[in-house]
Amino acid sequence: MSILFAILFYFATLAFVVGLLHRIRIYARTPAPLKIPTTPAPTTQAGVVLRMTREVVFFESLFKANLWTWSMGWLFHASLALVTLRHLRYFTDPVWGWVAFIQPFGIYAGITMLLGLCGLWARRLFVERIRYISTPSDHLWLVLLIVIAVSGLLMQFVAHTDVIAVKSYFTGLMQFSIGSLPSDGLLMLHLLSVSALLAVFPISKLLHAPGVFFSPTRNQTDNPREKRHLSAWAAKLESEK
Amino acid sequence: MADVTAPAYRIIPIIPALKPGAMEGKGPFVASDKINEAIGFPGQLVEDWHDKAIAKMGELLSKYRSLKVYMDACVHCGACSDKCHYFIGTQDPKNMPVARQDLMRSVYRRYFTLPGKLFPKLVGARDLTREVLDEWYNYFNQCSECRRCSVFCPYGIDTAEVTMAAREILDSVGYGQKYSNEIIGKVHKIGNNLGLPPPALIDTLEGLEEDVKDATGIDVKFPIDVKGAEVLLITPSADFFAEPHIDSLIGYAKVFHATGTSWTLSSMSSEAGNFGMFIGNYDQLRAIAMRIRQAALELGVKRIVVGECGHAWRVAYSFWNTLTGVGDGADANDRFAQMLQKQLDHRYKQPAHICEFTWDMIQDERLSFDKSQNDKYVITFHDSCNVARGSRMGDFAGGQFEIPRNIIKAVANNFVEMDPRTTREQTFCCGGGGGLLTDDLIDLRVKGALPRMEVLQQVADEHGVNFMATICAICKAQFTKVMPIYGFDRRTVGGVHQLVSNAIILGDKK
Repeated sequence: MSILFAILFYFATLAFVVGLLHRIRIYARTPAPLKIPTTPAPTTQAGVVLRMTREVVFFESLFKANLWTWSMGWLFHASLALVTLRHLRYFTDPVWGWVAFIQPFGIYAGITMLLGLCGLWARRLFVERIRYISTPSDHLWLVLLIVIAVSGLLMQFVAHTDVIAVKSYFTGLMQFSIGSLPSDGLLMLHLLSVSALLAVFPISKLLHAPGVFFSPTRNQTDNPREKRHLSAWAAKLESEK
Repeated sequence: MADVTAPAYRIIPIIPALKPGAMEGKGPFVASDKINEAIGFPGQLVEDWHDKAIAKMGELLSKYRSLKVYMDACVHCGACSDKCHYFIGTQDPKNMPVARQDLMRSVYRRYFTLPGKLFPKLVGARDLTREVLDEWYNYFNQCSECRRCSVFCPYGIDTAEVTMAAREILDSVGYGQKYSNEIIGKVHKIGNNLGLPPPALIDTLEGLEEDVKDATGIDVKFPIDVKGAEVLLITPSADFFAEPHIDSLIGYAKVFHATGTSWTLSSMSSEAGNFGMFIGNYDQLRAIAMRIRQAALELGVKRIVVGECGHAWRVAYSFWNTLTGVGDGADANDRFAQMLQKQLDHRYKQPAHICEFTWDMIQDERLSFDKSQNDKYVITFHDSCNVARGSRMGDFAGGQFEIPRNIIKAVANNFVEMDPRTTREQTFCCGGGGGLLTDDLIDLRVKGALPRMEVLQQVADEHGVNFMATICAICKAQFTKVMPIYGFDRRTVGGVHQLVSNAIILGDKK
């Protein structure tokens, strides 16, 4: 079982990293021939960085759109970030000071993450418009994330797993030595779900995460009159003349 | 026309319930062979449309980062789902921005992603069937590319980009829209969207000079094809004869007259509008914009100023520099752009909006007004979508909102704002933009105007608003047509420079 999970995790991580880098490469290489920032837009590069930061950290546009979706979505994402950072303790030895510091917050963030997910799912199930646009995979993603959150929380608060052993297994994996993983049902479920998430990430709608940084309506500077913007394929049209 | 009725006003801001299929089969007329072939598209749906369409989609995905990212990034959060005026007015769920995008995204997933190839049902992927293609034609011609959805999307997904790509694909397989393609043909052939030939244009302008002389006693000129003029005015051709557009044209002429600016129109390039953008075709967009470059070079002008037109200003402000070099900041070795940029006077923005021009002159105290001439009006301002969300004026973000309002306040005493959830960047499209200003879509146009009419009614009731100023030829034409259906006088809509024209003091200068 320990070996199986090792293979699974190596595979999932590889799929995640290679897949994501490949996607980012495609996004970066695809030209944006026209200036299309949604205005009013920042007129300087620094302004764009600020706009993007507000978008990524506070979900500014979603805030304008719908407070329910914003509050549930933001709660989920912020909690997920904390929970993920908290998990660094299972991969670092000694545990970094700031990771130790956020431990208690990270644990409760597991609960708020679950709340956010349930709120988002309720919206998807009960709001007619959102139900209409939902595909089966939209629901499945929420189920998967809920399984990850619930199994994690159960290990934290109900049926403890041997975290020392888990940690030594993962720090081992990072040095390509396969130790033994506690054979604990909840843990298996938790790890299986996480590796599924990692592996499918680069071919799914989770691409919204890298995608937002490449969105021309958000990342372009509003200076078309001041600076001529020309993509390679559009420039060719001029030399052909 | 007789059977078109206005939908009932909502108690704001209730989100309408879904009425699936409400707008099925309500798309615009399909272009004829002749219209399509005149601008280089296949005359009618080609035999191998399926393969051609998928190939075209692949090509666009590799040429436009916007399309590529937007096909991937949507998470179906629904932020945009209640933001489109066509959805609000028609209640057809496929007029929700996300659902409109999904018409294409489902095909993208099927042909360009692994999960869609393996498990189409799971991820909502679909084969491109004839039914799907018809659905594309129907619903991508019910989007006015106003970008309101892109304001609210957490990833900035702009449905306009998807609509443009869809129309580009449809055109490439011979499934074009009559109205837009016919107009593009006219621009190429005659120089403007209305097909107004140069002699008729010159005649119209002479008539205008006489009218203004009769009304004011002053010789306000409407010069055309004047080599060496300082300013080339590029304005939507509707300004030359449509009501109320023409009153704004008179306004521009008076501003130029009062400030002693030498200016000219061009008979070869007598159109600011650029329907190439509406159909998402870069070559058409560029070819139409090239006429302006050519006119500027031939006439040797120092400045290019654009009249009141929403999408035209977006194209001019955001795209002209890219397409034709009208602008600043080209590389020293960019001969194509430098050729024109060396000629232009860079103390001024290139191109400039007529509102920027007028506002500069007001600030320099080179214009004076009798504001009481507009006292019969209580005025509000309708932000035109493409100006609001696709362009800028002045030196700061949001200048496109402030400058027109500043002008109105400088020339009139009574100004009121509409509901802030429907102005500035959150403004609603008039319901006729994006190549939909055609009578075969009148039902859609009336319904799409609903959110604007609701809030106009509000300020009409509360503040007695009787004039809605705007700076877009399409808005003016659309509202003139649909306002009576909502019980407003058609003259309730007009241009900002119509108000300028009313109030401007021309003095005795000849």
